[in-house]
This record gives sequence, C-alpha cells and structure tokens, in this order.
Amino acid sequence: MLLARVVGTVVATRKDPRLVSNKLLIARPMDPHGKPEGNYVVALDTVDAGVGETVLIVSGSSARMAAGMKDCPVDAAIVGIVDVVDVPAGD
Amino acid sequence: MQLARVIGDVVVTRKDEKLSGVTLLVLQPLAADGSKAGRTLVAVDSVGAGVGETVFFVRGKEASFPFYPVEVPADAGVVGIVDHWDVE
Repeated sequence: MLLARVVGTVVATRKDPRLVSNKLLIARPMDPHGKPEGNYVVALDTVDAGVGETVLIVSGSSARMAAGMKDCPVDAAIVGIVDVVDVPAGD
Repeated sequence: MQLARVIGDVVVTRKDEKLSGVTLLVLQPLAADGSKAGRTLVAVDSVGAGVGETVFFVRGKEASFPFYPVEVPADAGVVGIVDHWDVE
C-alpha cells in the first residue's frame, strides 16, 4: 500500500454506474518522511478522508476488497487515515 | 516475492474494518546485495515481523490470502522473515 496526502477532490457527473455515490479524491504519494514522490492518483474514498490528511491507499485488484467496492471498476482505494508513521532514524 | 527491510510501522485508527487488528509495516525493498531497491511501501504483516528485520513480501491480491477467509484490502503483505540469504 501507499502512503499519500490528499490534495483535492474530483467531481464526475458522467461515470460508470457502479461508481455513483462514491467520493473520488486526488492524492499525492509520499515517502514515510512526508516527501512527495511519484504521480498523483485518483482514489475512491471509503473512510471519509479529507484534503490535507495522510491516507493509506490500496492499489490494483485489491482495491476492490475495500468495503463496498465489490465489482467496482476501481484500482485505487483509500482504506485508512494515518495517525502516525513511525520510522526510526537511519532509514 | 521480494526481499525487504522493515523500517517502520504505521498507526491508523480510522480504517476499513477488515484491517482491524492487522499490523501495518513500512518496507524498504532490497536488492540481492542488501542495498535499497525502489520506493518504500506499506504492507500488512501475517508473520509477526518487526522493525529492523529482513523479510520477504508478496504484492497484489495474494497479500490478503494469509487472512483468509477475511478479505483484507491489501496489495502488499509480509509472508516470511529471512534468517539469511546467499547470493553467488
């Protein structure tokens, strides 16, 4: 899974019917120290996250195992809001 | 599967309920010579690994298999702790 910071929201009126009533967020992946890395991802939110929060994103077919995502056309889902990333010094 | 070093853990209070009680570790993938290889990631743990240990992990939906029949939403999971490895 990826650590990421939520930086925005996506509004899409016309979309796959299985995505209706789901919230889409834009997130920027980051390393454990908070440094942004990689490209922005659009992820489906299952835990009511908001802009500015650090979240845990599950990618690929595993994203469909998040709550309520069965058979949804989704490859990235936010499954947790991160309180603390504890990485002892040196790494 | 890939070798990695456990470099930290993640505390997540608000999460998918199927992740309750599951340990989340921060992994640094390793090359065969033990050097860093690629970006860090977060993985679920099913073997009781801890910070500082060398482990191997699976990517993809298979990461949830150790928790069967619970379908844990995970795309990376630690499935073994490495005692030692040898490369010719």
